[in-house]
Amino acid sequence: MPAALVCMSGALFALGLGISGMTDANKVIAFLNPLGGWDPSLAFVMVGAIGAHLTAYRWIIKRPAPLFEPVFSMANLAAIDGRLIAGAALFGVGWGLGGFCPGPGIASAPGLSPSALVFVGSMAAGMVIAHRIAPRAPQSRAP
Amino acid sequence: MIESIVMATLGGLLIGAAASLLFLTHGKVAGISGIVGGLLQPRTADTPWRMLFVTGLVAGGGMLVLVMPSMLVEPTSRSLGAVAAAGVLVGLGTRIGNGCTSGHGVCGLSRFSARSFIATLTFMATGVLTATIIQLAFGGEL
Repeated sequence: MPAALVCMSGALFALGLGISGMTDANKVIAFLNPLGGWDPSLAFVMVGAIGAHLTAYRWIIKRPAPLFEPVFSMANLAAIDGRLIAGAALFGVGWGLGGFCPGPGIASAPGLSPSALVFVGSMAAGMVIAHRIAPRAPQSRAP
Repeated sequence: MIESIVMATLGGLLIGAAASLLFLTHGKVAGISGIVGGLLQPRTADTPWRMLFVTGLVAGGGMLVLVMPSMLVEPTSRSLGAVAAAGVLVGLGTRIGNGCTSGHGVCGLSRFSARSFIATLTFMATGVLTATIIQLAFGGEL
């Protein structure tokens, strides 16, 4: 059931975001704001996520291929360029301004809260604008 | 605070497990902005798995809303106008910079990508700067 496993991965991801506190925009803002009742606990989301994925990744990548696809697909980009830094900088401003990053925004949308819905709609618009004004040549895939 | 740290770590472990499941079974990187952005472009061979993943993400979010309504805090300290502007910046920035907290922060750092390390430092820095400026200039509400 390969398709169900992709769906399950998405669902697990959403559960992790919710349990960790990442879907609580006020908590995210408190994490990013050392001068206003700083809440550093969300740093442990990265500790847990990287701890689990780093361990699994090193084991998985030794396989010749994933279970249901012929190759591992990873971005084949190496350059640390202005595009990377400008994009990440803009993203961070949006994150600190609204308290949502893409995963928590989408996982929160089923709750139909106005801020999550507005965030997801405007994020989609921003993505479409980026595709228009800053298209990237189709990537080749790493073997 | 201790409870917050435990929950953050547990949630993080689940996020890492989800990314690992997708990588083990399909060899794909669980970068949410790349997955969603890809669905807003012409159909490719990647469209079906991306749709399945987003379906799971929304379904998982739906389950959370039912069993753990405290995950959503509304209203937030930001007005809907600020959130709308934030969404546009997040959409633009993640597509230009090729990743967000999940793709660069979790998946990229886990495989020691120098690009993802620089991207993560950059968005953490501008995120802290933005939230701090809003604190100083507007008392934390905007």
